[in-house]
Amino acid sequence: MTSMSGDASVMVDTSIAPEGARLIASPKPSLLLGEHSLCPGCGEPVALRVLLEVLQELDIVGRTIGVVGHGCYGSFVRIMDIDVLQCLHGRAPSCATGIKRMRPDTAVFTMQGDGDMANEGLQEVLHAAARGEKVTCIMLNNGVFGDTGGQLTATTVIGQRTKTSISGRDGDEHGYPVPVADLVAKLQGVGYVARTAVHTAAAVAQTKRMLRKAFECQLDGRGFGLVEILTMCPTGWFVTAPEGSGYLSESMEKVYPLGELVS
Amino acid sequence: MELLEGSAAIAESAIAAGCRFFAGYPMSPFTGLLENMSQKLPAAGGVCINAESEIEGVNMTLGAAAAGFRAATGSCGQGIALMQEAIAEAALNETPFVVFNMARNQQDYFQCTRGGGWGDYRTITLAPQDVTEAVEHTQLAFHLADKHRAPVIIYGDPLIAQTRVGVDIGPRDFGPLPAKDWALDGTSSGTGRSKQVWTWAMGKSTDPGPGPDRHWRAIAAKFDAIEPTEHRHAQGWCEDASTLVVAFGSAGKFVSYVVDELRAEGLPVGWFRPITLWPFPGPALEAAAATAKRVLVFELNGGQMIDDVRLNVPDRRLVRGIGGVSIGESGLGFGDLMDAPVVRERILEAMQ
Repeated sequence: MTSMSGDASVMVDTSIAPEGARLIASPKPSLLLGEHSLCPGCGEPVALRVLLEVLQELDIVGRTIGVVGHGCYGSFVRIMDIDVLQCLHGRAPSCATGIKRMRPDTAVFTMQGDGDMANEGLQEVLHAAARGEKVTCIMLNNGVFGDTGGQLTATTVIGQRTKTSISGRDGDEHGYPVPVADLVAKLQGVGYVARTAVHTAAAVAQTKRMLRKAFECQLDGRGFGLVEILTMCPTGWFVTAPEGSGYLSESMEKVYPLGELVS
Repeated sequence: MELLEGSAAIAESAIAAGCRFFAGYPMSPFTGLLENMSQKLPAAGGVCINAESEIEGVNMTLGAAAAGFRAATGSCGQGIALMQEAIAEAALNETPFVVFNMARNQQDYFQCTRGGGWGDYRTITLAPQDVTEAVEHTQLAFHLADKHRAPVIIYGDPLIAQTRVGVDIGPRDFGPLPAKDWALDGTSSGTGRSKQVWTWAMGKSTDPGPGPDRHWRAIAAKFDAIEPTEHRHAQGWCEDASTLVVAFGSAGKFVSYVVDELRAEGLPVGWFRPITLWPFPGPALEAAAATAKRVLVFELNGGQMIDDVRLNVPDRRLVRGIGGVSIGESGLGFGDLMDAPVVRERILEAMQ
């Protein structure tokens, strides 16, 4: 893996706190079986790590089943020590429905991207929410198809450059972004909906709190849960890895405000 | 023995076979099966979901099957077309379930036997000739699905869905099956030996799987092994027949009735009915056609099974279609061709 800027030969051991800082998480959750293979600065591995920490803290690991869609995060199936169905693009909420209805004592989550949930499978998540399925859907929203190299998705914000909107998304030409969490929040059957991000330490901490509440909603049988997590994709955004966090604040966060929509 | 409409009989047979999850989207003549399942399955401790689309129905079914339960979905025609991606996925990630294609007619032959999904897979397809056989096939389908860890299609039709007959429902024993130790229940999570149902079969970073190349070759080999072992057929009067008539499903029942009549009149005719459309009973057909000077294919479509007949008889030049597209006025059932006198006339015409 090469660094996008600076000296590629410098390796950073993330289990050691930088000078003057302190580690606030354990070096590596035991559910993490290996290193991720995604780009430098990607937000998805951060979301994965927080998810695994939440499952352990809730002590539900031995009854958790994941349903993973198609995107860069699909490679996480190899590194998370969780029973997983890797399903068709967009269909995770339906597969999760079948699993949860037959195994009501399990904790079932989906891991999907914006391309998976908002493009290919918008109908699936809306109907699963309206049916009040007792599952937790997690949407990793970076506004691009990362796995195929950065094309326009339904959540690409106006003005954002992608390989299929190279001059920036234009509403008249490309249509307007779809706020998935807001759509889901309007439905009966929903127990918890939140939008968060992983671009700052505070946001990561908030993501952990929200994921925990979403799983608690499922375990209490209170209804469908969705956590939309804005994640950095420097490669797909044509910025350097260190610039990802700032870009997320200036672009996506303005269109997709963070916070709880249903709790 | 109970007097039941086909849809009700199939629903009860599925439940007797241990089906505990069903999801489907209404489409006639499949609708009756969905209604029956929604009324009967919860009482048996199961779950039936009136899905918002065929795509959602089949993927819910895939999820329930991945969790280790006997599960089924269904539709017909265009609805089955929408499910093809998931049927192919289930073949490749080895999730067993049953798909009831309660079809409007016989135009779904290619769709069932060739599939519209991606990859090197086939779909075992059972084509019952009537309600009685459909009840048997329903039980057999769940067994074959579990035996081979693959989706299995039952190819029915309006006559099977809507005819009321006396049937014997009860569990059938087809022998032992391998344990579903692959099924996802969450108990392996966090043990270092967590499970995956994954078309790419990549495994874990600590315990790599075969990966797509080896996995997909193994899947192709599995279907190669199923082909010579799971084909089923019925036949009559083939030993010395100079004319052999091939037909499947309800049309096969009409043909066997007509051929039996013609035999009684002294004509050297035989009938052959593939029961599995895939695997096609090719070797059996080849043997049945040994004395035939003509092989007639009666199917209610533009000519689909005739391809498989041509591939399997000793001389493909002897093969001729005597069926055709034949849809009732409503578009939901068979047309004028599905009639014994018409079948008789077409056979006699071809024999001249």
